[in-house]
Amino acid sequence: MSLKIGVPSKGRLMEKTFEWFGARGVEMRRNGNEREYSGVVDGAEGVSLVLLSAGEIPRELSAGRIHLGVTGSDLVREKLADWEDQVADLAPLGFGFADLIIAVPAVWIDVDTLDDLDAAAAQFRASHGHRLRIATKYHRLVRDFLRENGVADYQLVDSQGATEGTVKNLTAEAIADITSTGETLRANHLKILTDGLIHRSEATLFAGRAADWENGARGALARLLPRLGVEMPERI
Amino acid sequence: MTRAADRAEAERLFAHFRAEGAVPVDADILLPAGTLLDLYGEDIRARAYVTHDPLEGEMMLRPDFTVPVVQKHMAHGAEPARYTYMGEVFRAQEHRGERAREYLQVGYEVFARDNPPDADAEVFALFANLLAPLSLKAATGDLGILMAAVAGLTTSERRKAALMRHIWRPRRFRALLDRFGGRTPVAPTRRALLAALAANPAEDLIAAAGPAIGLREPEEITARAVALAQDAEVPPISAGEVAILDDLLDLRGNCTGALAHLRDIMVDMPAITPAVDRFAARLEALARRGVDVAALDFEASHGRTTLEYYDGFVFSFYAEARPDLAPVASGGRYDALTRVLGQGRSIPAVGGVIRPGLVAQLTEGRA
Repeated sequence: MSLKIGVPSKGRLMEKTFEWFGARGVEMRRNGNEREYSGVVDGAEGVSLVLLSAGEIPRELSAGRIHLGVTGSDLVREKLADWEDQVADLAPLGFGFADLIIAVPAVWIDVDTLDDLDAAAAQFRASHGHRLRIATKYHRLVRDFLRENGVADYQLVDSQGATEGTVKNLTAEAIADITSTGETLRANHLKILTDGLIHRSEATLFAGRAADWENGARGALARLLPRLGVEMPERI
Repeated sequence: MTRAADRAEAERLFAHFRAEGAVPVDADILLPAGTLLDLYGEDIRARAYVTHDPLEGEMMLRPDFTVPVVQKHMAHGAEPARYTYMGEVFRAQEHRGERAREYLQVGYEVFARDNPPDADAEVFALFANLLAPLSLKAATGDLGILMAAVAGLTTSERRKAALMRHIWRPRRFRALLDRFGGRTPVAPTRRALLAALAANPAEDLIAAAGPAIGLREPEEITARAVALAQDAEVPPISAGEVAILDDLLDLRGNCTGALAHLRDIMVDMPAITPAVDRFAARLEALARRGVDVAALDFEASHGRTTLEYYDGFVFSFYAEARPDLAPVASGGRYDALTRVLGQGRSIPAVGGVIRPGLVAQLTEGRA
């Protein structure tokens, strides 16, 4: 039984992950042809590579089908209820930074804070007859954040892509999305609320508590982590 | 899963409420999600099961009976009315643990215009008698007093409305009160906006800020900007009044002591007099029905964090030795809800629910 590690299957996240492990003497690479999602690990005994969509890695960790996984901290928090009970946060990897933020039209000169957003939502509902719509794909994180901050009279509408365009397209009044430079937001005439940072996301190495850690997996982890410069978690 | 013992206990309570003269009512298990979302806000999504119907759109598995029962009454109920119901409710649990996802509720609701304090006492005493064998602890409160205090503040109507809207969200209420009381500094962005508004018409600032995108119209932005400029001229809520509200928010003790304390507060804030009189009338009605009000707990903030519709008397019964259990019974007055769901009409209403599963569990534990 080997230690299975799930890694994003394409793009910059995959490259950066391979680099991070490579810099620590663990070579990861894809094998087969360009389109085939399989990979190998050199230099770490008993470790096998599983290439997955970054969005599916939280679920695979939760289900115990992989022992370790690299994915965004935002995705784990969004997709897993009580995420800390399900996975152990082993190490931030120093790339894949993105902020989950709330943004409103720049033309809203009266709205800069959550306090303003809440008041504008009350006003909006009174004049339009429905709750102020916030487009997002991060439903759990946004709802928890707004509840914690006592914002009312809003509704979340699902947007799986091009979220910044929803305001102009009249399907939402505000958005909650990830941004790294804010350029797309500005291009779409949106501004970030000053206290609207919901989560600062970073690619992170997680361990799934539901995986089978017997039959050699724990031993393989104990050999792997020191090479990565990562501490063994207190409990998995 | 509901056990046979739970169902038997539910039947027993349901029969008892019917014997009291309550008319049994049914409610659908699948409810249109829109009404519940508009009422409770987006939070209900995390607490109820949402599903999809090809024709009706979003539906929810019944998270409680209050909304369908009120709707039924407002549509074709005679007055006054007493209803009882029995059935499963469904609550999604976002955290691991023992909290049940489906359980039985048996409820009793009174819709009556005459003598609300007596109707409050009727429901509470009925529940107290039914639950007496379990030796539960009762907690009570009265959101009407807090609301009357907010209405009685010496400040703008806009500020009062903002506070009133967040009575059920303690944290935002606190933040608003601190801001209106001048206890937190004005945010730098707000200071900048106020300075800009002092020098330019709001319309010019809006035009300069970017293209008008979205449904929220420039007129709405102007209206709120102007309101913010006006609000900046409103003097802070006095330290004395903030202290009274703080005193109220922290008020806890037995009902008799709480009443004496509220009479003292009344001297400085006469606006709460009608609400305190209603509280006093309720205590008398409770005493007439055999409740020992000198031993009954009162907490002015009780019920502020539950689903937001209670606006007067609130109560719950819980097992002191079992802090892990949810309250065995809870309820309260929800006059405003009948107005929201009554499309223009309203009627004073009070009621509550018992969880027969918890009654059965505690009864077995005692045996």
